[in-house]
Amino acid sequence: MISRKLVLSFPPSLVDKLIIYRLVKEHDLEFNILKAAVTQNEEGMLIMELTGEKENYERGINYLKETGVHIQPLSKDVIFVEEKCTSCGACVPQCPTAAFVVEPVSRKILFYEERCIACEICVKVCPYKAMKMRW
Amino acid sequence: MPKTVAEINEKIKRGDAVVVTAEEMIDIVQENGAKRAAEMVDVVTTGTFGPMCSSGAYINLGHSKPKIKLGGGRVYLNEVPVFAGFAAVDILIGATSIPDDDPRNRSYPGEFRYGGGHVIEDLVAGKDLRLVASAYGTDCYPRKHLETLININDVNEAVLFNPRNAYQNYNVAVNLSDKIIYTYMGVLKPNLGNANYCSAGQLSPLLNDPYYKTLGIGTRIFLGGGIGYISWWGTQHNPSVKRTENGLPAVPAGTLAVIGDLKQMSQRWLRGTTMLGYGVTLTVGLGVPIPVLNEEIARYTAVRDEDIWTQIVDYSSAYPEGKAEAVGKVNYAQLKSGTITLLGKKVPTGSLSSYPGAREIATTLKEWIKERRFLLTEPVAPLPGAGSGYTFKGLRIREG
Repeated sequence: MISRKLVLSFPPSLVDKLIIYRLVKEHDLEFNILKAAVTQNEEGMLIMELTGEKENYERGINYLKETGVHIQPLSKDVIFVEEKCTSCGACVPQCPTAAFVVEPVSRKILFYEERCIACEICVKVCPYKAMKMRW
Repeated sequence: MPKTVAEINEKIKRGDAVVVTAEEMIDIVQENGAKRAAEMVDVVTTGTFGPMCSSGAYINLGHSKPKIKLGGGRVYLNEVPVFAGFAAVDILIGATSIPDDDPRNRSYPGEFRYGGGHVIEDLVAGKDLRLVASAYGTDCYPRKHLETLININDVNEAVLFNPRNAYQNYNVAVNLSDKIIYTYMGVLKPNLGNANYCSAGQLSPLLNDPYYKTLGIGTRIFLGGGIGYISWWGTQHNPSVKRTENGLPAVPAGTLAVIGDLKQMSQRWLRGTTMLGYGVTLTVGLGVPIPVLNEEIARYTAVRDEDIWTQIVDYSSAYPEGKAEAVGKVNYAQLKSGTITLLGKKVPTGSLSSYPGAREIATTLKEWIKERRFLLTEPVAPLPGAGSGYTFKGLRIREG
């Protein structure tokens, strides 16, 4: 089994197509949508967790690429700018997926990007702007 | 045998002073007892690194040709309004000042991306700042407009001067309402969604000398990465609050006003800070050395997070309404565990003060003293103490 969080970008021509329906139905994959938006330029952005057998998962990803959807792993979209972080901990109780952890000895803040669902709450609440979005 | 500050300074100059941080002192007193620890240790260093809104910096810009009298005029640095109610070219940057065209909370919650705290950070970092000023013009100061870049290296004095820093203990903030609130204690989620605190606890300067027995006006300190001084007691200094049997206040109590040459400070310890939906502030690094004059001081400096209690306050109602009611009590060891139990609910905690920052400040101050770069001072005058009757008053609104 493979389970990955992905950011899918849809060019305007694909926004109204049944891509996710076919992805799931024809490749027997499970999905969990974490965030979806259509931008001002009418491009679609979808953050989802995609789960399935390795073979199905790879076929599904190939299908997405063939349709023209751009795919990248989610974790790359929220950036931790370590030199700006003071390790205060204001982000810790705000994160819905516990992606920030206080290291018990040093009490420094660690960011586990694989837990991040790119909800952007930390980007807003960080007093030092140490969290930022790539887009 | 009690020691004096002069004796400790002689040891520092000889290079044999024993200096430890307030964290290290905990184990030393636990293992040896306070009496023996007072003989072993000469200085305990403390530190704190958190948002401190009552902070500012004043600058003497030097005179342009022809001259301008900024006093009574309007002055902006990077579009942030600064105070110009002094003489011709003295200005004061307040940490919470924000540009006139900032949308503030009209688009709620306001983002407050840049303000006085950031101007101070950029200034100390050596960046050029854009100064725009208008004045009314006089016979001796004819110029009415001024637009120029300024830099900390070119101005005359640049002085950090903070009327209230280093709060001795602070509230824990929670939200009992059913909607999210944006406060100076951070974002508070509804229905006890989180509990935010802001103190260095066992490393905090005034919690290691709870009765202000060694520190006072004139005490030399670590300030913003450089050397500063306690200039006065801080505004809202409130020494007369109830204390636990170890002398520690369980509510916000004493404060410090501090001053120091901004030119020898660093961006690392003066950070412009944004509180979503609240405003802009400055995060200040501050550390106070405590001379271990006797057994009593040794006992105070061994304070542990679990000994320091504070009150939990509802910032959706009790705080804004000025009601002196607390939701509960908690100690800093519980807060640092990451979760507290309140009204039968497990509540995750968040800190606004950086504990790693506080630790680094205490360690840096320790190194400075060991390297003989920093000598201790006797206070010129004491701060108002616990028995002084000095208190923090509210404002009675009256018509006239």
